[in-house]
Amino acid sequence: MTAAPANGIAIDVKGLSKSFGGREVVHDLSMQVKRGSIYGFLGPNGSGKTTTIRMLCGLLTPDSGEGSCLGYDIRRDADRIKRQVGYMTQRFSLYQDLSVRENLEFVARLYGMQDPRGAAQEMVRRLGLSGREGQLAGELSGGWKQRLALGACTLPNPQLLLLDEPTAGVDPKARRDFWNEIHALAAHGLTVLVSTHYMDEAERCHEIAYIAYGHLLAHGTVDEVIAKSALTTYTVIGDDLQLVAAELPGKPGVDMVAPFGTSLHVSGRDTAALEATIAPYRERPGLHWQHGAPSLEDVFIELMSRSKDNFQ
Amino acid sequence: MSVIAEQSNPERDVSEPRFGFWLRSYAMVVKEFIQLRRDRVSFAMIVMIPVMQLLLFGYAINTTPRNMPAAVLLQEDSDLARSILKALENTTYFHFTREVHDVAEFDNLLKSGKVLFGVEIPRGFERAVRRGDHPSLLVAADATDPIAASSALGSLSVVVQTALEHDLYAGDPPSLPFEIRAHARYNPAASSRLNIVPGLVGTILTMTMLIFTALSVTREIERGTMENLLSMPIKPVEVMFGKIVPYVLVGFIQAFLIIGIGVSLFGVPILGNVLTLALLSTLFITTNLSIGYTFSTIVQNQLQAMQLSMMFFLPSILLSGFMFPFAGMPVWAQYLGEGLPLTHYIRIVRAIMLKGATLQNLQYDTIALIALMLLAMTIAVTRFRRTLD
Repeated sequence: MTAAPANGIAIDVKGLSKSFGGREVVHDLSMQVKRGSIYGFLGPNGSGKTTTIRMLCGLLTPDSGEGSCLGYDIRRDADRIKRQVGYMTQRFSLYQDLSVRENLEFVARLYGMQDPRGAAQEMVRRLGLSGREGQLAGELSGGWKQRLALGACTLPNPQLLLLDEPTAGVDPKARRDFWNEIHALAAHGLTVLVSTHYMDEAERCHEIAYIAYGHLLAHGTVDEVIAKSALTTYTVIGDDLQLVAAELPGKPGVDMVAPFGTSLHVSGRDTAALEATIAPYRERPGLHWQHGAPSLEDVFIELMSRSKDNFQ
Repeated sequence: MSVIAEQSNPERDVSEPRFGFWLRSYAMVVKEFIQLRRDRVSFAMIVMIPVMQLLLFGYAINTTPRNMPAAVLLQEDSDLARSILKALENTTYFHFTREVHDVAEFDNLLKSGKVLFGVEIPRGFERAVRRGDHPSLLVAADATDPIAASSALGSLSVVVQTALEHDLYAGDPPSLPFEIRAHARYNPAASSRLNIVPGLVGTILTMTMLIFTALSVTREIERGTMENLLSMPIKPVEVMFGKIVPYVLVGFIQAFLIIGIGVSLFGVPILGNVLTLALLSTLFITTNLSIGYTFSTIVQNQLQAMQLSMMFFLPSILLSGFMFPFAGMPVWAQYLGEGLPLTHYIRIVRAIMLKGATLQNLQYDTIALIALMLLAMTIAVTRFRRTLD
């Protein structure tokens, strides 16, 4: 491993900012990703996730800020970084008019691999596409396209994978298979940075970061993020929940009311005010109130609505 | 089922591989060839464009047209008048489609374009000729297309003399007994194809080569594949070579087709060395591909790429000496023309095919083509965006 930092940090960036046409898409973003970990990158659409990932692999130049990726400077050593980073784009970006094998051979040749044909053939076997290697990439189903794209970006044995919403629009079974692959890759020592919208996927990451409107709002393990949110959540079960859901929002101490199936989550940062507000409702017959831990989704939705107030 | 992770060699050498430039350029060339082969329409165009254009232009563009519609205003029915009309038709330039009886109708036919020529034989024409009054015979030509008119008009004096030989003054007077009111020029080169076919080689190649590469980079951007390509370790020069090389072969096939048809169907000779022609044609093809590639690094999308190609293509046709004699253009237009590869190639191809010129005769134009090619490549490599900024 060349220039591998001793401290085992794969990505270490400070104060990254990027604007497009006067609009700041990423603001003063700092993050650290440990080697061999799966780092989840979460946030609403247009929050700057893709822009950040592109800055990490040299596809975009940051307006300000600095940092290193696998020990290489992200501004000066883009060429070196590209050799060791596999980037999977949000949109399928292999050649649709090339077959599975031809796409893989192209990648293998670009990275100067010894035996491109052999490497491609081996990857076809690993992907479980044997017998279909002659099929055009554009004709594959959504799940297989994702799998091929992951295969293509792991083909040159990178040390870091940057996956931009890899499972968008893929069915649950293919999604689960995909995550099993990612965990297996991480077990082999790869560092994986993956952006996603799905909460269940966030919970499969070793660490997560939440980004909204270009600002990194929270980071850490799932438990840490939930603990740091200081959110008090009550779960309500019972009749006439719609009535409660309609009355509560806007009252003192109530920051969020969200239905979850047959129950209702009522959350707030100011515990005392929240409890004062819900006290009359707890007396209501037919309603069962329970103090519970907020889910990751509660935390994110709360973060998102708060950041909307701050930055918009 | 997590099998992608079976990594045989996780500790990989990440330094620049030996022959990295060639490996990556080769990867790009192979990819482009495969894509070209899959793109049936483009593939068909490679053959269809040159063949169709050559056949259309070769047969349709004819600067010595024949059987042009003509009207006759016959105000007397004499043997002499009949002889003159017969003689005119025998030239095959004129084809009398209408006979009219008054001047207004005669003028109207010309004005509306229903006929390209009008012949008026005035009342008492034959008698006036016999009396030696030197009467006038009017041949009115639609001069909006001067090329079409000139050769037909050029034939008039001979025609009339022939008509008279048979009729009245068999072999007698050297001077005409009447006046033909028309301006006539003699055009010794009856075949325009000899001049057009070599020019068409260059014109067709300019169009197809420009468009092929002009679309290449924008297509990658529009299909989203550029993002993936840029995230891999490939350099702008390697992308450029990969995009140009396959089409050099394509252009070579096209040139071979056009020249082959020109020789076999239109009887155009190749007086010079075929190898020199092939060599300089390849140079011209590469120059055009580089220019097209440069366009594709400047524009935002495929539509703009097409528009820019057309903007380059039109002056190429008009100012290169393909349509109009280069020497006849004003000086500023000649300077513009010198900046177009087609100008130089048309000189080269005409000189080799029709005059048997050698590489030594064509030094200037060869160097000009090389300079234009290098200029385009330099712009392309510096313009190529390595990031998505």
